[in-house]
Amino acid sequence: MIKGYPERLIDENGLRLDGRRPDELRPIKLEIGVLGNADGSAYIEQGKNKILVGVYGPREIHPKHAELPNRAVLRCRYRMAPFSTEERKNPAPSRREIEISKVIREALEPAVMSEYYPRTVIDIFIEALQCDGGTRCAGIVAASLALADAGIPMRDLVSSCSAGKAGGEIILDLFDLEDKYGDADMPVALMVNLNMITLLQMDGKLNPMEFEKAFTMAMEGCRKIRGLQVEALKKRYQGIVEREGTSEFDEEGT
Amino acid sequence: MSITPKPSITSILEQNLIMELAAKSRRVDGRSLTDYREIRIERGIIEKANGSAQVSIGKTKVMAGVKLELGEPFPDTPDEGVLTVNAEFTPIASPTFELGPPGENSIELARIVDRNLRESKAVDLKKLCITPGKKVFIVFIDINILNHDGNLIDASTYAALAALLNTKMSNFEVNDGEVIFKDGNQPLPMNNYPVPVTFAKIGRALMVDPQLQEEDIMSTRLTIGVDKDGCICAVQKGGMGELEPDDIRNAVGLAVEKSKELRTLIIGGS
Repeated sequence: MIKGYPERLIDENGLRLDGRRPDELRPIKLEIGVLGNADGSAYIEQGKNKILVGVYGPREIHPKHAELPNRAVLRCRYRMAPFSTEERKNPAPSRREIEISKVIREALEPAVMSEYYPRTVIDIFIEALQCDGGTRCAGIVAASLALADAGIPMRDLVSSCSAGKAGGEIILDLFDLEDKYGDADMPVALMVNLNMITLLQMDGKLNPMEFEKAFTMAMEGCRKIRGLQVEALKKRYQGIVEREGTSEFDEEGT
Repeated sequence: MSITPKPSITSILEQNLIMELAAKSRRVDGRSLTDYREIRIERGIIEKANGSAQVSIGKTKVMAGVKLELGEPFPDTPDEGVLTVNAEFTPIASPTFELGPPGENSIELARIVDRNLRESKAVDLKKLCITPGKKVFIVFIDINILNHDGNLIDASTYAALAALLNTKMSNFEVNDGEVIFKDGNQPLPMNNYPVPVTFAKIGRALMVDPQLQEEDIMSTRLTIGVDKDGCICAVQKGGMGELEPDDIRNAVGLAVEKSKELRTLIIGGS
């Protein structure tokens, strides 16, 4: 028998194992500018997820032949710490991590105005320190803030959230047990202002109506998360404005 | 590390032509936006494999082979057989494929094929258990790309599914946890037949089954896997672009329709 196998994922009151309603996000804490050396950085806690993102660049690229003449190259690595999960994770990059690094890069590419920095690289390092489901989405949320913190121009913030199905209900922001024992998981990333999807994956089983419901719910989750992202940016830069006493930043603080 | 790839080698003239045609809902090879190229499936072409199939979609050619072995189950599914998918971008298939360890594209491809088969529960893995926690059958699906002319995801998944449907496992008895093979063979127990439909977004047009030139200039790729009940079982967006929410809704609707005729083609004759 598997340790902690849940008897049911939704109780008689329609609440989830961690007490959330179906369309409720986990508590989210965002911090920006948490690393000394990185050009931009951000930290996210979403439920038990703890993820640190550092951005370096635009900077000179090595190896040189990887540069592009008309834009900056984006390089992205998603990595899980060996101690981040119940069972120790082998530190060698897994196939899952390689795929997630790719989809995260592709989720951020449409937002970054890479044409401003030809022949350079922007490195995005995502370190998942503790994983409890939905880490690619949380990673994107933090990476997008770290890019903003690095002062890299973007067409929009990228906000991300998953939706899915567990215990027969369509639910928002699945945590590990719901992901493992539920019926479907669908991570979505949305540029809210542009209303453009930059990440979409799904596994499990959803009929077209359930798919539509989960997709809409995930986009709604992205919009809520965007509010938190903007708040976190304001908090970070309003502090600086007050200390420095300049009016370099507009009233939005973004 | 995932890195922004070098841009395509398709000439600017061709790129412009594809873009201009896409704006008028047309394509370079005369297909409509919802037409696949000609699909051909050959089954049982590798005698030494338990199952095999070669699928061509236009000039794209993919071979899949299935091998069965005895092994240990995963600790979290002690009473189920094991399914593994691997994809090899062989250098004979394209001048852009290089020797070396699998890159992110072949890993992504294998994982999408795997997701389609696993999430739709295509293979009845419970029936492949011999002694729970100790001994099960392992189903190895190996995909070889033989010629790359676009839409490797669909070609590979169709080939994998056709190869599974072609798979024969030897009859066996279990005696004290030992497997004794007997004469004759049986088909692999199958539950479901997932069929992915892949779209490319070029300009504002969404087209199925992109060929290589179209893939080179598409902004975004979207794969929707549909199972035999018309449910969505696997989705993957790829490429450096973005999609409007309505693109996704349209793609889902079209994929559910399109997958029916494709499934008949893949299952038929096996």
